[in-house]
Amino acid sequence: MIPTLPDFVAGTMVLSITVYVLLAGADFGGGVWDLLATGPRKDEQRALIANAIGPVWEANHVWLILVVVMLFSCFPAAFAHLSTELHVPLTLMLVGVVLRGSAFTFRAYDRDDDIVQQRWGLIFSIASVITPVLLGMCVGTVAAGNIPLHDSAEAAVIAAPTFVARFVSPWWRLFPISVGVLTLTLFSLLAATYLTVEAQEPDTREGFRTRALGATVAVAVAALVAAVLAHSDAPLVFAALTRGARAIVLLSATLLFALTAIVSLWKRWFQLARVAVAAEASFIVWGWAWSQYPFMLPPTHTIESLAAPRSTLLWVMGTLIAGTLILLPSFFYLFRIFKRGEALEIEH
Amino acid sequence: MAPCVSDLASVAAFWCPQRNLDMNDLLAARSQMAMSLGFHIIFAVVGMGMPALMVISEWRWYRTRDPVMLDLAKRWAKGTAILFAVGAVSGTVLSFELGLLWPTFMKHAGPVVSMPFSLEGFAFFTEAIFLGIYLYAWKRISAVAHLAAGVVVAISGALSGAFVVCANAWMNAPTGFTMTNGVLSDVDPIAAMFNDAAPAEVLHMMLAAYAATAAMVAGIHAYALLRGTLRPAFHRAAVQTALFVAVPAVLLQPLSGDFSARDVAKRQPMKFAALDAHLRTGPAGLVIGGWVDEKTLTTRGAIEIPGAVSAVLHFDRNASIPGLDAVPVTDRPPAGIVHVAFQIMVGCGMALAFVGAWGVWRIWRRRRGHGVPLPADRKYLLALVATSPLGFIAIEAGWTVTEVGRQPWIVQDFMRVSEAVTPMPGLVIPFLGFTLLYMGLAAIVTYLLWRQILKTGVRPLRGDAPAISATTEYNVRR
Repeated sequence: MIPTLPDFVAGTMVLSITVYVLLAGADFGGGVWDLLATGPRKDEQRALIANAIGPVWEANHVWLILVVVMLFSCFPAAFAHLSTELHVPLTLMLVGVVLRGSAFTFRAYDRDDDIVQQRWGLIFSIASVITPVLLGMCVGTVAAGNIPLHDSAEAAVIAAPTFVARFVSPWWRLFPISVGVLTLTLFSLLAATYLTVEAQEPDTREGFRTRALGATVAVAVAALVAAVLAHSDAPLVFAALTRGARAIVLLSATLLFALTAIVSLWKRWFQLARVAVAAEASFIVWGWAWSQYPFMLPPTHTIESLAAPRSTLLWVMGTLIAGTLILLPSFFYLFRIFKRGEALEIEH
Repeated sequence: MAPCVSDLASVAAFWCPQRNLDMNDLLAARSQMAMSLGFHIIFAVVGMGMPALMVISEWRWYRTRDPVMLDLAKRWAKGTAILFAVGAVSGTVLSFELGLLWPTFMKHAGPVVSMPFSLEGFAFFTEAIFLGIYLYAWKRISAVAHLAAGVVVAISGALSGAFVVCANAWMNAPTGFTMTNGVLSDVDPIAAMFNDAAPAEVLHMMLAAYAATAAMVAGIHAYALLRGTLRPAFHRAAVQTALFVAVPAVLLQPLSGDFSARDVAKRQPMKFAALDAHLRTGPAGLVIGGWVDEKTLTTRGAIEIPGAVSAVLHFDRNASIPGLDAVPVTDRPPAGIVHVAFQIMVGCGMALAFVGAWGVWRIWRRRRGHGVPLPADRKYLLALVATSPLGFIAIEAGWTVTEVGRQPWIVQDFMRVSEAVTPMPGLVIPFLGFTLLYMGLAAIVTYLLWRQILKTGVRPLRGDAPAISATTEYNVRR
């Protein structure tokens, strides 16, 4: 099958989602470890997380906005459908986005008292847990084909469902929830592994190594549970992930990087571990995308059928290429300044 | 969770009895959008205005090495960080709300307005990256690189605002597509971006952003000088820098407003009729004040200068201008709200322009050796404090004019707001939820900014003087 222009646009969106997962996902994961900070070094852990997220989270977060803009520009019918049917989880997710971002910033600029700091930290970290779960649930709902798009003629035939049947049941099911949990564990794994590289003190680094090892187990369990649930609750996904050469290639690549991650964390090759978990997460995202292809809204609507007029796709892709030429050097500059392993000095 | 959600549904059913369901949901959707935009716009405007102030201040430090100017840039950067974060998250909410509340609108408009939104995405991206650098890398990069990062933030912030306004202008002057039997074809995203309403709207909004932010900043620091401070030089420099931006903006804004009004009169005659309370087709007078009764098409309690608007628009006092009665009742915007909002906007703008002109006159006198220096000019400081919120009030009122004035259309003459709304019921719940959330955020942001202001050595509202100066001195050193 030859990829078409809409395929390229959708592929670019998947890449953008991948970067969002690798960067913003780790910022959410940081919030998870903030919530789970324990032991005598918990203050150091929290400070390290805050320093790692502080300068970059707003830029990392824009990848999601980019996906939204591309979706409504290039696949407007899909955007309209998804934001209608997933109104409830998306709204809850937005509340999480607002609370995460603002509580994180408020904590940095509020009083240094422990009580004040803990209060903001709690809101920040709880929002960091809830938001990825809801994001994953939305993805799982789409992938499972739980919200099929009907043409207006078909929709007229189908009896008007109740509120719960239409707006709650499609995502409040075992498979979407398991994808939500998988997303959360994956984000936590990314964060813990990145933090082993960024930590300056050996004790803190060891703490995050243990956490990263735990998270790899959690990811494996969550992935397994999701796969088992997919068998009964999301047969479309199960079929796509178990049949054909591409499924085997993607699954084995994911497994290979997962094993590399475990081994390198065990051996304390932290730089390699960071690359391995990033690759593992990317392959999970690509596995999801590949399992749907060529459908954007399974089981009926392909990428092609939902695409906007050609002129829009061409202009948006052109803008994207031009924008990327400015964006990538800027991103490298940002990360070169803040991710070269020096403690950050923040003035309040 | 599942039973909890069905409880919410029954609450929704209670709030929206079946026969009124559609109407209440539409009202809730409009209210949520208005509230979200009204909240976000404050932070978006600050995201355009503050970087300009910070960069000017840092530039002055770079040229003169006056430590006060560097301190000022750093202090402003802290306030900006708080406001920018809230702007980023409330902007994310809006990008989703376009679909959550108006899916049918986005389904048709999405591909047409794709360009300004995509470009805005990149401008905002650049702004977020370089703001991260600006806020956190004071000691990590050279002074020139830091200043350059600030310039990039200021430019990309201004651009992202301009792009979003282009998208809104398209809703007022839709172009770049052909619509036949509800199907879009011949989509031209570039023509849509450079629509006819864009120049006037972008210019008006940019000036408004700089004027509102700088007037607010000038007012805050003028308050510090009035109230007494350990650091008069710091606050004086702050007021001067803010006025350097505010004065040109507030003086140019009436001209831009005239440009905008002529544009609206040409392109959206009903919005113009509503804002002027020009109810019946014929020569239009300037209606000052008053409340419009839309049912009887009368205005109560207004002062009217007959023929003034016709004279200004067409240089003919008797030129006929379409009034609200030119279209069926179902196509009329609610003139009462629009007229009041327009009066508020113009009133605030006039007051700001007056204080701006006064500032020019002050400087002219000072240059000739008359008058008193700024920290001692209590009357002018008081005027700055009194007018400091007016720019933001004018912005809220101005957006009310342009959005409510376009009713009942979401895309002028092509799609009605009622056709665009989501079929999701119970929208009053997200509306109330987001309203509460944003009210909480507003209270916290205000508190945190007040803390930042106190750290600059302003005398707090309560407590005895000696103890306070000790605290403020401590805060200054931190």
